[in-house]
Amino acid sequence: MSAAPSKMLATLNVNGRDVTLAFLPHATLLEVLREELRLTGTKHGCELGQCGACTVLVDGAPVLSCLTLAAETIDRPITSVEGIAVADALHPVQRAFLDLGAAQCGYCTPGFIVAAVHLLERTTSPSEAEIREALAGHLCRCTGYTKIVEAVALAGQRMRATAHG
Amino acid sequence: MLRLPAFEFRPVRSVEDAAALLSEYGSDALPVAGGTDLYANMKLGLFTPRVVVGLRSITELRRMHFDPAHGLRLGALCSLDSIARDPAVLLHYPALATAAAMVGTPEIRSMGTIGGNLCLETRCTYYNQSADWRKALGYCLKRDGDLCRVALHSQIGKAINASDTAPVMQAYDARISLVGPHGARVVAARDFFSNDGAHATVRQSDEILAEIVLPPPPRGARSSYRKLRLRNAFDFPLLGVAVAVATNEAGACTQARVLLGAVGSAPIEVEGAGALLLGSHFAAATLADAAEEVFRAGKPLENANASLLYRKRMLRVLAQRALEDVAAPLR
Repeated sequence: MSAAPSKMLATLNVNGRDVTLAFLPHATLLEVLREELRLTGTKHGCELGQCGACTVLVDGAPVLSCLTLAAETIDRPITSVEGIAVADALHPVQRAFLDLGAAQCGYCTPGFIVAAVHLLERTTSPSEAEIREALAGHLCRCTGYTKIVEAVALAGQRMRATAHG
Repeated sequence: MLRLPAFEFRPVRSVEDAAALLSEYGSDALPVAGGTDLYANMKLGLFTPRVVVGLRSITELRRMHFDPAHGLRLGALCSLDSIARDPAVLLHYPALATAAAMVGTPEIRSMGTIGGNLCLETRCTYYNQSADWRKALGYCLKRDGDLCRVALHSQIGKAINASDTAPVMQAYDARISLVGPHGARVVAARDFFSNDGAHATVRQSDEILAEIVLPPPPRGARSSYRKLRLRNAFDFPLLGVAVAVATNEAGACTQARVLLGAVGSAPIEVEGAGALLLGSHFAAATLADAAEEVFRAGKPLENANASLLYRKRMLRVLAQRALEDVAAPLR
């Protein structure tokens, strides 16, 4: 029996803030976000990379936090769903999900929001196929996706209007 | 929660350091790149390494370079997403771009690497299950048990190589370089995948897959990859068919390789189908004959989430489509 592994002390950049904390070397980013930082917006679903509920942005790209070691995210900016809204203003994606009722139980919603924000950062006028492709890794067991796809399109439309207005 | 078993994490910055660590710890250590395959398998209790060697900071393995004289050099850490979007890959090696774009989901493609996809652990309906599930059944040859539940009298495990890029690399006749504690060796893709079901590849436990080199596209090169899966949004292949051909000035086929993925424990080449195409002008009857040969020769392991009969029949359909892809602009 080998000795229990000891925690490591490291600084993570989460939602624009540096936080220094201790975690186990084999802890996933999902576990550290939820259990150490109490950022419980990021959900644990399948925990095997099949459902997308735990998606966060690392270095601006969507990753599955259930299959990412926190130790591998040191010095890389991390954005969880809590970092999507600016101050008290909801992100257009969040606003559109709310306006169109693109959530029922809401469990998958943080993952969808993060993936949709990443898509709209690249283009605010995605085709329906592009929206569906960007969300392909996210399972929703309630709504059936139609309103989710519509909400992402609406958010893009509003972002274009704001940029041109 | 499904948590990872405890291990010591050792990130490295060079291939040499990685090989030295893997050599030091032997079978107690495993390398990790994107982690999308390894960490999921570890959560299921399929691997319990004492040390995990993190490769992602080896920046030299992120390089991707194409030139017409030497072909495409791919560092093993290039993400599947970066390969799927690369203009040179899309232009010169379209089957690779297609296969990379069909792996997993956008998240998995941005995390997952080409080296990892080529080293993908072979899969099985009796193996890729939770520890409790496997325990209830009494385990299997591939992990903790002594018989293969796909083929009860087999001495070797009958797991499936479900990598999308593996058959494509073999169709392009790629070379794979492995770096170990005593230096580097280069292995042809056709010799890289192991057909014994237990180990996906011939990579030794102290070696790192460092680079993949695809030869320059031959004259009149055309290629295609077609994949069958339960959900087009996201699934491992039930079948994959990769076709790569070359043609002369007159449009006749001078080179042809037809590879099947997710059929056996390694990609399977259907040499008879390639032979039928050689010298042809890709007439409809020739394509039908080659697709028929794929159907005749392809023997899928009964080890995926679809019936054997369906997968067997779909071999002809997929082969026909892949062959039409390469033939269409040539006819």
